[in-house]
Amino acid sequence: MTVIPVEKKVLSENQRIAASLRDRFEDHGTLCLNLISSPGSGKTTLLEQTLGGFRPEERVAVLTGDLQTENDAKRLARYGFPVQQITTGGVCHLDGKMIERALERWSLDAIDLLFIENVGNLVCPSSYDLGEEAKIVLLSVTEGEDKPLKYPSIFAKSELLVLTKVDLLPHVPFKMEEARANARLVHPGIEILELSCATGQGLEEWRTCLSRRRETALQRICAARA
Amino acid sequence: MHEIGIANSIIEAGQTEAARVAGSKLVRVGIRIGALAGVDCDALRFALTALTQGTELDDVDFEIQSCPRRNRCLDCDEVFVTALYSDPCSRCGSETSVLVGGEELDLAYVEVEEP
Repeated sequence: MTVIPVEKKVLSENQRIAASLRDRFEDHGTLCLNLISSPGSGKTTLLEQTLGGFRPEERVAVLTGDLQTENDAKRLARYGFPVQQITTGGVCHLDGKMIERALERWSLDAIDLLFIENVGNLVCPSSYDLGEEAKIVLLSVTEGEDKPLKYPSIFAKSELLVLTKVDLLPHVPFKMEEARANARLVHPGIEILELSCATGQGLEEWRTCLSRRRETALQRICAARA
Repeated sequence: MHEIGIANSIIEAGQTEAARVAGSKLVRVGIRIGALAGVDCDALRFALTALTQGTELDDVDFEIQSCPRRNRCLDCDEVFVTALYSDPCSRCGSETSVLVGGEELDLAYVEVEEP
């Protein structure tokens, strides 16, 4: 019997692809953000509102993942920006290879801001690096304030938590302060935004947050090139 | 269900590593799974069994070692095991610490029988 030490990441193939995607995003100055949440917490609606707020000449694109249907892509394509649906079949997350394959159809030269709307799932997408600048987790007030404790991995890995559907707060037993505290227990540095796509509350902060991230990323890229 | 995909990656990687010793037979694969890896160890065990049953890999033993979340205290440098969210430092009680372990999803070793 011989024991051969290996010491490799099980997902090292995905890591390799993610690293090459990250290099490509950096080379083209593309800011890539990976949106993750349970099904129905409002990723597509937030993206609709976001795309609706951009001027037509802005260079934004969306890759949207689901197990089945092209429904989200159809909804998002109405805003005139490039959108591609990635239908995973039965797979519960997007992986690096799926992103790489989808990007074969686009030139990153023409994209400054790329949103990836992951498959609705708080568990599996957290294991797969897609080369993104940051993961953003959404949690709607209809879900329960203990989600960060139940699904800590994705909250620990996300830089920003967006609490959605806050217009429903008067009708649901969601304890906002507890939700914030739970998220901070899992990830003390996490940034938190509250918003409602129904009333528009918080959308301005969301847009500011996107521009700030883009600026920071660009500064970093420029500094690295200099 | 993504444990099936991960199990597949483990099996493939195990076979690739074993194939480096020509003619050898894979007998054991050591895997490390962190508490934050988003992988359920029981589901992974089930997936590994389901995928290898009735194949030439039927006898391969998959040894899964679970790794807890570890934080390093920013005040006294102690590395300590914490719950899924941060506990105070076990040595000095400070509440400022950073994650240093618990995200493992590693193939640690393979054991082979040589020809």
